[in-house]
Amino acid sequence: MKASLFITCLNDTLFPGTGVATTLLLERLGVTVDFPASQTCCGQMHFNTGYHTQALPLIRKFVEDFRHSDYVVTPSGSCAAMVRDAYPRAAQQAGDRQLALEVELLTPRVFELSEFITGVLGLEDVGAYYPHRVTYHPTCHAMRLLRVGDGPVRLLRKVGGLELLELADADTCCGFGGTFAVKNAETSSAMLSDKIARVITTRAEVCTAGDNSCLMHIGGGLSRLQAGTRVVHLAEILASTRAEVFA
Amino acid sequence: MSDGGIHPAKSFPEAAHLTLQDGQMRRNLGHATRTIKAKREKTILELPDWEELREAGSSLKAFVMANLEPLLLELEASVTRAGGVVHWARDAEEARAIVTRLVLETGAKDVVKVKSITTDEINLNGALEAAGVHTLETDLAELIVQLAHDKPSHILVPAIHKNRAEIRELFVRELGLPDLSDEPKELAGAARAYLRKKFLSAKVAISGANFAIAQSGTVGVVESEGNGRMCLTLPQTLITLMGIEKVLPKWQDLEIFLQLLPRASTAERMNPYTSFWTGVHAGDGPKAFHLVLLDNGRTRVLEDEVGRQALHCIRCSACLNVCPVYERAGGHAYGSVYPGPIGAILTPQLIGMEDNNANTLPFASSLCGACYDACPVKINIPEVLVHLRARAVEHKKSHSSLPDLEGTALSAIAWVFGDASRFHFAQKLARLGQGPLVKDGKLGALPGLLGGWTDTRDLKAVPKESFREWWEKNR
Repeated sequence: MKASLFITCLNDTLFPGTGVATTLLLERLGVTVDFPASQTCCGQMHFNTGYHTQALPLIRKFVEDFRHSDYVVTPSGSCAAMVRDAYPRAAQQAGDRQLALEVELLTPRVFELSEFITGVLGLEDVGAYYPHRVTYHPTCHAMRLLRVGDGPVRLLRKVGGLELLELADADTCCGFGGTFAVKNAETSSAMLSDKIARVITTRAEVCTAGDNSCLMHIGGGLSRLQAGTRVVHLAEILASTRAEVFA
Repeated sequence: MSDGGIHPAKSFPEAAHLTLQDGQMRRNLGHATRTIKAKREKTILELPDWEELREAGSSLKAFVMANLEPLLLELEASVTRAGGVVHWARDAEEARAIVTRLVLETGAKDVVKVKSITTDEINLNGALEAAGVHTLETDLAELIVQLAHDKPSHILVPAIHKNRAEIRELFVRELGLPDLSDEPKELAGAARAYLRKKFLSAKVAISGANFAIAQSGTVGVVESEGNGRMCLTLPQTLITLMGIEKVLPKWQDLEIFLQLLPRASTAERMNPYTSFWTGVHAGDGPKAFHLVLLDNGRTRVLEDEVGRQALHCIRCSACLNVCPVYERAGGHAYGSVYPGPIGAILTPQLIGMEDNNANTLPFASSLCGACYDACPVKINIPEVLVHLRARAVEHKKSHSSLPDLEGTALSAIAWVFGDASRFHFAQKLARLGQGPLVKDGKLGALPGLLGGWTDTRDLKAVPKESFREWWEKNR
């Protein structure tokens, strides 16, 4: 099976380890991974901040970059949701029927990593080993736009040595919200303080999620408070084995 | 006086800066919304066809919006046939003038009110007081807000920001009851005794409406306390102010909404009091009935194909109760009688995207999507928020000659993302540029817009190697 990795602009720049883990994990599961080098960004930040004129060329570019992929897999629920949920609307809004048609052909092949593993590969036990106390934060776009459901939790339950600790009010947003975090920084911080309180209460060593944008937010708060809990992307946990631990 | 209006006096970030400091309010809201959320989940899970009901509600509302004019004309004819009088109000000013004139014509100096949110939208109480008419809110929470000279902060529970200790102090002071305790039962009893006397003497009542049936001319109100029933039946004159979007084609349509509304709002299978009336009847109820149909920006909302779904709202407030922004910032941060996610899409559309306070409201959301899941008529609030953000950006672009930092930055970033080699170059540039700001692999304090982030959160520094560089070397 062949799949193209959509790394996302954020992971490419700030979290390359997540990309490495995703690559090694998929390869271990028998997937031939390719990386279309022309890819950049899905356009979510621009689209969701109201800069639709600027987002449109990025949307066209994404469609062009992944036109020939059998599957597009990304370690980001939010970017996958941008493509599947917003691209059809953006194309319609632009009045571009050709783009709308191409989006319609592409979106069924775009998957967030955990969806791809549980849904397309049909796996729950990926042979991972990660002997740590971990709590899982279900990110909003994976949960409500992609409906990944308990897929990530089923994957985590099969990880050797991992103790999964339940997070209270897990389905409440951490307050990231893209540019919301700077445009409404104080409200965003108020939301974050409640999320961090729940994370700390679990006494977990690690808070994980399927999206580094949310983890960057939660982790940024935990780090500022010297809380002693670190954030690790789900891909890095699933990629870890007895031979090689990622994070 | 609970006249909030719908014109925010501040931008959302400015207003939230103040409301976030109110620890008491945040505790009250956290407790109240958590309780109602848990109860709501149970009440909805017991309905096997909840999703089908939502779909039906959504379709019916879309039908109403597509046929608003004929439905309203049918409603006018039906109400008139049943002995009522219909008035059309283009905006708040016209509506205030109509209602004030109707009240003054009766000679009454006191009116009792129920279901007041639409009257609050047009600041009716202020206009009546100016004309020498004393208004009395009879919904317990509205009464609390009125006695405190405060503003409502929730659609369904306007005094949600106050706890019982605060309400006790208010009643002790305003109603002259020094021996009152903070037991909810005793507080409700005090309000009941106070209101009962007023009901028996009031000659005029003013109400809102949840529904109006075009076919029969029947108008309806759902409530919890029974005070509405008193208002609607005891006085001689009843004046109902209703937004034009509240009309429904047929009586049978209530089958859908009377299941959706109580479950979504108070998490009840059925609300305690449901009152319907059709015109006037000799020897029973009010002798005169006036229905004032309010536009006040609604036809403008209707023009926007994406935004018009905001008019589907049945004022259940489910979106407020699940919203993490509302729970922290509170209703007053939205500066409108319509707070929360629905307010963020309704207020700026009603008064116009050119209002520079209201047009910050669509940005007051992390787009988490909880509101869309909770909405009983499936208003895609996140979709409308993003759509209105685009309208706000367009407005800013066409009405400002000053170079705008955010727009310039985002345009530059879009240009960088337009080509992978430009992007790769920018990554390397960022790695070099951040040098002096990095400490222990973190960025501590950044200037400008990004300072909003680093005030409370660390930011990871750009690492030595990007993913694409790793791929080039290793694959």
